Amino acid sequence: MTSQQADAAEGARGEPSTPSLSSQAAPRTALVSVQHVTRRFGDVVALDDVTLEVGAGELVGLLGPNGAGKSTLLSLVSGQRKPDTGVVRLFGGDPRDASSRQGLGLTPQETGLPATLKVREVVDFVGKHYANPVPTGELLEQFGLSELAGRQTGAMSGGQKRRLAVALSLVGRPRVVLLDEPTTGLDVGARQALWAAIREYHANGGTVLLTSHYLEEVQALAQRVVVIDQGVVKADDTLDAILRRVGLRRVVVRSTADLGTDLPGVVRSERTPDGPAARTAGAPDAVGGTAAAGAAGSAGSAGSAGGWRYELFTADADELVRTLVTSGLPFHGLEIRGASLEEAFEQMVARAPAGTAPPGARPGATTAPGGAPTPTGATPSGTLDRRTSEEESAR
Amino acid sequence: MSTPDAVTTTPGVSGRPPGAATLTWIHLKYQFLETVRVPIAVLGNLLFPALAMFFFVVPQPTVAGDPVAATMAVASLGLFAICSASLFTYGLGVAEDRALPFDPFLRSLPAGPAPRMIARILNGGIFSLFGLVPLILIGWLFTAASVTWSQLLAGVGTVLLVSVPFVLLGIAIGYSLSAKAALPVVQVILFPLAFLGGLFVPPFLFPDWLNTISEATPTRAGRDLMIQALTGEPAYGLAWVVLLGWTVVFAALAVWAYRRDEGRRFR
Repeated sequence: MTSQQADAAEGARGEPSTPSLSSQAAPRTALVSVQHVTRRFGDVVALDDVTLEVGAGELVGLLGPNGAGKSTLLSLVSGQRKPDTGVVRLFGGDPRDASSRQGLGLTPQETGLPATLKVREVVDFVGKHYANPVPTGELLEQFGLSELAGRQTGAMSGGQKRRLAVALSLVGRPRVVLLDEPTTGLDVGARQALWAAIREYHANGGTVLLTSHYLEEVQALAQRVVVIDQGVVKADDTLDAILRRVGLRRVVVRSTADLGTDLPGVVRSERTPDGPAARTAGAPDAVGGTAAAGAAGSAGSAGSAGGWRYELFTADADELVRTLVTSGLPFHGLEIRGASLEEAFEQMVARAPAGTAPPGARPGATTAPGGAPTPTGATPSGTLDRRTSEEESAR
Repeated sequence: MSTPDAVTTTPGVSGRPPGAATLTWIHLKYQFLETVRVPIAVLGNLLFPALAMFFFVVPQPTVAGDPVAATMAVASLGLFAICSASLFTYGLGVAEDRALPFDPFLRSLPAGPAPRMIARILNGGIFSLFGLVPLILIGWLFTAASVTWSQLLAGVGTVLLVSVPFVLLGIAIGYSLSAKAALPVVQVILFPLAFLGGLFVPPFLFPDWLNTISEATPTRAGRDLMIQALTGEPAYGLAWVVLLGWTVVFAALAVWAYRRDEGRRFR
């Protein structure tokens, strides 16, 4: 144990914060290693031949829809569950051995704090499992919980519980922290503060494996992003590379005219009425959601008095703009930017509904091991079933 | 929330991890705190045996008036109270705990199953002792039951030993079944065991074949050992062997169930 710790500590100093691809990560420095792991719950394949390595000092964001297998993966790394096949290693040891977990910190689910214990007692209790815990008073101070120290956890607000949960993950000065949805349900300020705490921990050499529904969160924190869906790693790369790999640019343009359906290279488009009300309402999601490429032009005449706001996704923004200019159609308010992680994510986990995304926009599909489609996961109903079963078993 | 202080969350393990004794102590302490903060749970343990004494022993002059019979009645009821507290508290309590989201977190802390289980057994003993206090008081004040101080001490010590296999059985049930399934299973196990062990009907009324079965149960072994400690009437020869044998079996079951458990399961 001590030699492993020394090894890992050396690794932490050796490459402090270089994000490394899983393919490049040397097995010796991997603090968390998941090799060809499959885990089923009954008929449901929660993880299908997943391989993932996390080296010292990495901050990895695990991204995927509900039921994708994120929580199952974390529960394997924290030793709560055993893989059906494959090998999971934590600091080189079996995570199911308590001694392997001495350098691991993780968040309890916020609803799971023992309601009758006081905040101070919970921190004491968890901290005493570790060799060199952060003094309780100091930790509570850092997370702004000092005034609540004497309160029973059952009397805390949701945001306070979240803060306590993240504080508990760090009380043992861990070398690896697993954060499962760390800021779910927090307001913007509280979330920013927790992000700062996580960044600080990482800046001091800590290794973070984080799951989130909030794409914004992963984009803000992670250097490396692992996209997981239907139990399969769809992509595993640096944040930049993930964004590049999608290769999409988002072009926003306003026009009083019907821009038509045959714009070159547009893989997806959304059209919303361009009134002042619509503009203040903001996101197109709030108005109408995603429309397939062909739908944008078909209803052209209706309600176009105030014009339309088009959101076009294309691999070649230059060509699109050139076409717009030469077409002579009126347009204004042109904006072009790279796709956000959310858009990248949407492309990567795009389900079968054909026509919305051409094969080229789903680069992750090629990395799926074996490329074998899972029998139950492919249908929408299968996805739904799996979602509930995994969420419940994760509680 | 203040700006995070760089010093406090710097990763790095130095010093020795806490030993098994420390871990067991903190689990004992916080399990105890969690339980006593819900006073009704503690009161239930106190009230049940006391009420049973008032209903079943005190009104019967033939039992209450005879020193040996009254002592045996107190011992039997005490043992039943402990069996039921152990099986219900641990069978149901563990099953309910497992359904809580804090349980997987606890299991991920760097402590093996031993500190938690030992702490549970010790807490089982502590709360059993609480339950015995009113029983002993009632026996002393309202019946002819009489023991010397040394006999009382020996009896209490025996009770704690006898409670171990039942706590382990409770833990095994709790880690194998959901809370809803654990309740009927505990009832199905508890009442036949209590009857066979002579806790409801004195075993001298049993026919020979039933007596043979009875002597193989942990309840009978526990009852006779307690009576031996309290009255000096010798237990049958194999009582300790039977008790120890069941303790080993239930301990193995408890460890197996714990290792197999991964939180709630769904099909």
